[in-house]
Amino acid sequence: MTMEFSEHIKTANVDDVVLKLPLRPALKGTLCVTAHHLVFSERKEEGSYQLLLLLRSVDAIEKSVENLLGYPQYPSAGPGQRMTGLSGSSGTIVIKCKDLRILQFDIPGMEECLNVASSIEALSSLESVTELYPFFHRPRELSLSEPWGLSSPQQQYAQTERLWDRWRLSKVNRNFSVCMSYPRTVIVPCAIDDITLAKAASFRQGGRFPVLCYYHRSNGMVIMRSSQPMTGANRKRCREDELLLQAAIDESEMGYIIDTRSAQQAQQARMAGGGFESKAFYHHWRRLHRHLERGKVLQESLIKLVEACGDPSQNMDRWLSKLENSKWLSHVHSALSTAGLVAECVERDGHSVLVHGFEGTDTTLLVTSLAQLILDPASRTFRGFLQLLEREWVQAGHPFRQRCAHSAHSHARLRQECPAFLLLLDATWQLGRQFPLALEFSEVLLLRLAQDAYASDYGTFLCSSEQERCALQVKENTHCLFQFLLRREEREKYVNPLYEATDLAIWPSVHPQSLQLWTGLFLRWTEYAQTMDEAREEIWTIVKERKETDRPKGCAHTTLSRHDSFTNVENLMDELTVL
Amino acid sequence: MEHIITPKVEYVKLLDRYGKESTIGTLYLTATHLIYVEQDNHTRKETWVLHHHISSVEKLSLTVSGCPLLIHCKTFQRLHLLLPRERDTQDVYQSLIRLCQPVSEDELYAFLYNPNQTEAERRDGWDLIDMATDFSRMGLPNEFWDISSINSSYELCSTYPSLLGIPKTATVATVTGSAKFRSRGRLPALSYYHKDTKAAVCRCSQPLSGLSSRCVEDEQMLKCINDANPHCPFIYVVDTRPKLNAMANRAAGKGYENEENYPNIRFHFQGIDNIHVMRSSLQKLLELCALRSPTMSDYLVGLESSGWLRHIKSVMDAGVFLAKAVCDEGASVLVHCSDGWDRTAQVCSLACVLLDPYYRTIKGLMVLIEREWISFGHKFNHRCGHLEGNPKEVSPVFTQFVECVWHLCEQFPCAFQFNESYLLIIHDHVYACQYGNFIGNCQREQQEMRLRERTFSLWPYLLQNQAEFQNPLYKRATHNTVLRPSTLPLHFKFWCGMYNRYDKGMQPRQSVVNTLLALTLRHTQEQKTMTELQRQLAVVDGILPGPIGTVSLPPDQNGCPRTTPTTSFGQSNGDCTSVSTCAGGKEDSGLEMSSQKEAEGSSATEHELQTKTDKPVSMVTQKEKVTESL
Repeated sequence: MTMEFSEHIKTANVDDVVLKLPLRPALKGTLCVTAHHLVFSERKEEGSYQLLLLLRSVDAIEKSVENLLGYPQYPSAGPGQRMTGLSGSSGTIVIKCKDLRILQFDIPGMEECLNVASSIEALSSLESVTELYPFFHRPRELSLSEPWGLSSPQQQYAQTERLWDRWRLSKVNRNFSVCMSYPRTVIVPCAIDDITLAKAASFRQGGRFPVLCYYHRSNGMVIMRSSQPMTGANRKRCREDELLLQAAIDESEMGYIIDTRSAQQAQQARMAGGGFESKAFYHHWRRLHRHLERGKVLQESLIKLVEACGDPSQNMDRWLSKLENSKWLSHVHSALSTAGLVAECVERDGHSVLVHGFEGTDTTLLVTSLAQLILDPASRTFRGFLQLLEREWVQAGHPFRQRCAHSAHSHARLRQECPAFLLLLDATWQLGRQFPLALEFSEVLLLRLAQDAYASDYGTFLCSSEQERCALQVKENTHCLFQFLLRREEREKYVNPLYEATDLAIWPSVHPQSLQLWTGLFLRWTEYAQTMDEAREEIWTIVKERKETDRPKGCAHTTLSRHDSFTNVENLMDELTVL
Repeated sequence: MEHIITPKVEYVKLLDRYGKESTIGTLYLTATHLIYVEQDNHTRKETWVLHHHISSVEKLSLTVSGCPLLIHCKTFQRLHLLLPRERDTQDVYQSLIRLCQPVSEDELYAFLYNPNQTEAERRDGWDLIDMATDFSRMGLPNEFWDISSINSSYELCSTYPSLLGIPKTATVATVTGSAKFRSRGRLPALSYYHKDTKAAVCRCSQPLSGLSSRCVEDEQMLKCINDANPHCPFIYVVDTRPKLNAMANRAAGKGYENEENYPNIRFHFQGIDNIHVMRSSLQKLLELCALRSPTMSDYLVGLESSGWLRHIKSVMDAGVFLAKAVCDEGASVLVHCSDGWDRTAQVCSLACVLLDPYYRTIKGLMVLIEREWISFGHKFNHRCGHLEGNPKEVSPVFTQFVECVWHLCEQFPCAFQFNESYLLIIHDHVYACQYGNFIGNCQREQQEMRLRERTFSLWPYLLQNQAEFQNPLYKRATHNTVLRPSTLPLHFKFWCGMYNRYDKGMQPRQSVVNTLLALTLRHTQEQKTMTELQRQLAVVDGILPGPIGTVSLPPDQNGCPRTTPTTSFGQSNGDCTSVSTCAGGKEDSGLEMSSQKEAEGSSATEHELQTKTDKPVSMVTQKEKVTESL
């Protein structure tokens, strides 16, 4: 494998490279390409600056070369002569990262520049999952034998005693044979046996039959999720699927199906073999359509927004019209209001809800997880939120590998990219802005997750399903991001100092006036982010100072800073020896 | 009282923003306030609206359920009432129309209001902010600048303050000549002197240059300003108007400076639109705010077409231009618009906030408003529509300045001593006319009205209550420099806390600032307790002399922030999701006010409310037995 990487590296080291980063003076130093990183070290004896950039986080690369002295004055040096830095040619590489940062390297020597660029292109888009950095990341403080993951349907079930009389754990998917994208165990009504489940699964797209994802303690109502039923053009039905849904609610009760497609889309889906639950066969279920955008539309929305944020124009009308035109805030708005609707059904009206769209792997998860944040105090804690993400996104089979292959800068033809997870983080940020005391984690955690979902040292967001993770032995060969973030020294960086637990639901306002551009993410690499960091530090200082009297064992003050993938020089050394 | 036909109407419904009915209550009209009281078994909710805060009253067409009355306020509150009888509605309508637009100054609330102060306190209150003190803080007079009392009788310029900062080299002839050549005699005078660079910000009105007129004294005056700054060979002359407007003025014998006639000036237009454009822009913005349930696209398109943020940015851009000229180039700047009392006031005061950290403090902002707005003759009477008059004179010029400061607070959360509620309470009081500060159009008018003898000043009241206006994140030490805000369009956002302030449902449900303030408060109390304990221990140990007594601590009440009428109550636009509940449960806030202004005397209203207190400005109080949070 080492051989394979080195094939891509024609020039491993270049001296006298100038690095231009946002908000920093230009730096001169050595650029080094390794299998997984771009390493830049400033040439200074003291306090030299190191940049360690995960190649996977490169979204797009632009290169340009020029001959500084011009051709006429510097006639061809003869065939075969190697062009070097001395020849007067140079090149510039602009790297646009998936976390929206933009870096520029000025590289002496055209050939070096082109070599470096082609290495970055090749190594940032390695196809095989097991070649990715998480399989090589071996920090000293972590051991591969540590537990991987925080939560599972088993644990969720075991912890929720009140589920036991009507709900059971099913291992019908133990071989991933019933549903490729589900975990091995799922929570289903007691009354439905595995054979019925398997039949119901065959009626749902991708085998994603309705499973429980949330139990509301105060009234026993549940949120379930699935994919669309495959009713098709001739309105097929499936008794087992009907039974499954009926078993989820009492005879007397009424359930809501929140379909994340418009009624028209749902109708049209029948032509492609999909469809919706017809009232005639699901008597006790009422269907509501709330259209959420998905796939390519969302991806293009993100691209447009990021483009608008980078526009240096001073024209206010132009900005507002670009912001509107990107539709990003409209998507945030619909996500939050649909989740609010689900939460309202459960908490205020006392009904159970089933959520699905098409595949049930994107907008469905967006809605179910936001609804849980609104309703469930446990999911608003640091650990609880990570557990929620693990259950509702990682284990529930959100195809991270396809969805997060590229972010907003890539010129590559869009395939299956879609920022559904980013939208969840944005909507969570809006919740945190409206209820600044209600979440135990801060914006810094959301930014860290936004970064790691696209490129990470950890294995958590690798692959698209549990099945794939098992096949590639991800859990055996990588470290778990969530476990890492919960370590005491890390955790400190991400908690919200003002957190006060509340048992109440937090109902977000979805008036357009109440939603804002997530400047923390979209202006992350500007001066604005620095003043926000300063404010965050100040809040910490105040809280620590003031709370010291309350908590005799106050932990030592550590300065908060935005997560950078810069530093870890130790890792770098490990990797260099691998090469 | 003679304008109140029907002082009390029962069974009045207050509708929320969606036109849905809320609880039924009673409507009272007093000499100063409109009061709506809802009462059921558990709660008593009072909504007080000062008549001066009402900007318009509309009678909508009759519905089955009653006669609707829509009341818009200058504080952006909206009340949608439904009265049972047509006759009452007409009476209330007529009364309000009359009460919200007093005909003479004597009817203004400030002339009735008495916060129970002695004459000495009143005088001290007015002396709290003093222009001469601010000049000496800037280091004036000095070798280049004089503080002149040439305008002490307001003869040189009737709308200017009595004290003027004038270049030392300017002779009386130059000054008077220049004044004659400027619109309404508003000659170039010092606004702010930047000690570090010796550069000055000066302000004036447009020159009467017409198509070709010149004035030697005016040219000399600008040269004197230039000479007063030894480090820079030129001054910027900033005309804050769009070029087209300035050119149109030339035809009317006014206009702008010709660079050929004035040596060493660099002339710039800034393109801030006039008061009429601003008024209609705000109107559009408010229509957008009132939409029942706009989609995100409706909202963003509406925000764009209102042009409001574009105008805010144009003011900010001009302020930043001034600050950069002064601090980066060390160049003096002379600013004008047409009359030099609207855009000029906005831009000069904003530049001061950017340049000098003092103006980012609670006291400093008072000084700044006092100097650039009140004493330099911003026409508060006209712009705020205090009295019945020409509606075309009304314009949200001061509101825009306040919003620009808010944008800076958002970009620099640690740079300001005050928080958002400070800006809001100042804005409220500008329209309330409860205190004398914002009455009249210039210093001369204020003196003629004898405001210092007949009314009270707002500033001491704000200083007394400053605990709740503190920004807990304020770090003076690290922000002791010029602010350099980014003026990219994406840094400007809709100020929900101002324009949708009474729609509580749209605001963040929990407040970082208040949480931190509460923490800070507890901390200082604990520290006080500790010091007191140590002191008493020392007394007991005989180290310190002290009164004989037991070591018992009185509960420390001093640190508690006082509840003030404008900010600390749950206020809503009829969208009464009970968000905040008054702590303490009882008559807490009302009593607090009453102790302050029992001496209402003759002006006290005769409404039959339980609380005999007259609450100064618009607000909502809610008292509940059942505590429901979130």
